[in-house]
Amino acid sequence: MERRLLSGNEALARGAWEGGVRVAFGYPGTPSTEILENLSKYGDVYCEWSPNEKVALEAAAGASIGGARSLVTMKLVGLNVAADPLMTLSYIGVVGGMVIVVADDPGQSSSQTEQDTRHYARLAKVPVLEPASAVECLEFVKRGFELSEEHGCPVILRTTTCVSHSRFLCSLGGRGIAKDANFERNPTRFCPLPIWGRKLRRDVEDRMVRQSLASDTSPLNKEYVRGTGLGIVTASVCGLHCLDVFPEASVLKLGWSWPFPDQLLKDFASRMDRVVVIEEGDPILEEHVKSLGIPCVGKEVVPRCGELTPMVLRGVKARLEGREPEVVAPVADAADLPGRPPMLCAGCPHRGIFYGLTKYDVVVTGDIGCYSLGVFPPLSRTDVLLCMGGGFTLAHGLSQAGEKRPVVGIVGDSTFFHSGITGLLNMVYNRGKAVLIVVDNRTTAMTGHQEHPGTGRTLMGEATSEASIEAIAAACGVKRIKVVNPYDLAAVDQVLKEALGADEMTLVISRAPCVLKERRLLGEKPVVDESKCKRCKACLKLGCPALELKDSAGCPSVNPALCVGCGMCVQTCKFGAL
Amino acid sequence: MSTNVMLCGVGGQGILFAAKVMACAAELSGYEVTTNELHGMAQRGGSVTAQVRFGSKVHSPLFGEGDADVLCALEPVEGLRCAHWLRPGGHAAISLQRLIPVTVSTGRASYPSDLEDRLLRSFSSPKLLDCAGMASKLGDMRLANTVMVGALSSWLGLPMSSWRGAFERIVKSGLVEKNIAAFLAGQEA
Repeated sequence: MERRLLSGNEALARGAWEGGVRVAFGYPGTPSTEILENLSKYGDVYCEWSPNEKVALEAAAGASIGGARSLVTMKLVGLNVAADPLMTLSYIGVVGGMVIVVADDPGQSSSQTEQDTRHYARLAKVPVLEPASAVECLEFVKRGFELSEEHGCPVILRTTTCVSHSRFLCSLGGRGIAKDANFERNPTRFCPLPIWGRKLRRDVEDRMVRQSLASDTSPLNKEYVRGTGLGIVTASVCGLHCLDVFPEASVLKLGWSWPFPDQLLKDFASRMDRVVVIEEGDPILEEHVKSLGIPCVGKEVVPRCGELTPMVLRGVKARLEGREPEVVAPVADAADLPGRPPMLCAGCPHRGIFYGLTKYDVVVTGDIGCYSLGVFPPLSRTDVLLCMGGGFTLAHGLSQAGEKRPVVGIVGDSTFFHSGITGLLNMVYNRGKAVLIVVDNRTTAMTGHQEHPGTGRTLMGEATSEASIEAIAAACGVKRIKVVNPYDLAAVDQVLKEALGADEMTLVISRAPCVLKERRLLGEKPVVDESKCKRCKACLKLGCPALELKDSAGCPSVNPALCVGCGMCVQTCKFGAL
Repeated sequence: MSTNVMLCGVGGQGILFAAKVMACAAELSGYEVTTNELHGMAQRGGSVTAQVRFGSKVHSPLFGEGDADVLCALEPVEGLRCAHWLRPGGHAAISLQRLIPVTVSTGRASYPSDLEDRLLRSFSSPKLLDCAGMASKLGDMRLANTVMVGALSSWLGLPMSSWRGAFERIVKSGLVEKNIAAFLAGQEA
């Protein structure tokens, strides 16, 4: 059998393909994005980027209610957006298998929260599968479709950043048969009006009992017997770390972690002298193990926050053994190293808007995307970040509450379509006064350049209609719409000055394509003329990574390897030194 | 037992490519292999790390601080930042090409001027080389990461046929020989 080194996300795509998936929907979000990008390359699975996760989940539900196998992908916070349809879908269920992949991010490597998706599985009363590796990703997504059909409900497959981004050698199989939808009417099941919904509610409870029994004997749960002293109950990739860090302990690694396999947990615990529950996130498994009357140790020694890396688990081991955890600290010579935070790229069009805003005393409510990086010095022109679409709505609320400074709300193009439009509509309807800006770089940049309704292209590479932000805003009733080229700093300043002085709301669309996507020179790369440079450092206020200052008393210099010739620094120099 | 390799550098330097080549060479040598990469915002100029593990059996795709048998850094400050990942007696290769972070350009931090002294204090007999300069001499600065892979290859014990096979599998056919030349240049450095 052919083996290939696949990341967890590539393996999920492969497993879905082998498992006969017919349709797949999602919204990009690290660490989940590559699943649909890879699945779309097989060519025989309908794949789409939906404008947001709620739309994606609902579309998949439609397919699976009709009997086709469907996949939905999102990052943890995406499930917040998609939670509404999930709750009801649990009641009415599905006919064709439906797997909802949610990628959690313990350690918050690229997320605003560290929420534990297992809470949603319990709230929605649907099973959750937790693969530990790419090998299991491939196997579990296939099994997920089968379980979903056996139990008539969607299944959540929870990965973590480590699982999604780690590569393992995976054995490959062939394409599974993908059935088309063939909807059969059954309103007492598919229309949860209270008269029928109450029965559906009871059915869900019965279903969970059956699922708990099925999980007891499921091969998705794996036991590594290595002794009877210490028994570790765990799930996901933590289980693999535990195999390394606790070589003498037996490990029960749950792959189908909810509804809990009660009998399996009791049997395992009965053979061990001591049980410890090691889980990333909240003590969900631990509290259940305790509720079964099994004495165990858990969050007393296992951190609640952050990723449970091998080093963290060594600390857990030390605490279990009554020792102080060893610390492997950075070397002494690393104590004063300069930080290297992520930043707006050299030539990023967003820089023009943030730089323009530094000239005004305003409050800026931002949003989720590359432009979140506008929060960092020297630009420091984002004051609040909440969620997608929140850039507009926060600005509205703050401004309506009497904030004395002008309020500016920013969203990106992809987030405008994701959930910015309703906020815009609300502001027009309720006569809001804030200045709204869409930083439109013609792509979903932060996650690696995915298409969206405004790009004119689908995930499958087909040409399609290109939604116009201006036309949508006009249809919402916005009177003042200004489009500006963010590389023209004088034009940006003019637009901002007018918008901030206007007595009605303005929508500014800052439009220029992402330079990282375009990968072309925008103009001539400037060189600093040291005889003209007055060392005023005005150009450095742009925070461009291509402008380097090696000696604080010297001249800045342009790094030609990074510079794309956007020309913004040339405009900031009053002395013609650039 | 597995061999643990830590790679570090700055987004855009090709850390993930280097990890992929190494993993492929290990696979072609008949080992179990895993990789892990931290690349959430990698393209935006932040620090990037990757781990490669290979051996007859590998459980977890992650190893801990102090567990790396081999460490390679494509940027010296990043090498120092990750120095504590190397186990006592482990091997290190560090490229001396300096990339100035924006925290330095905006005056909020300074870039150390005594880098080589620091590297020699923090690592025992590190291999210090200028991967970018060597790659430029070979005609393409983007081969710096391949030079680095060559530089640490002697510590990994994988046969040349596996390295060749890895390049043949991973890079476009027109670039295989260029990559092998860069690999050999790194190996000889």
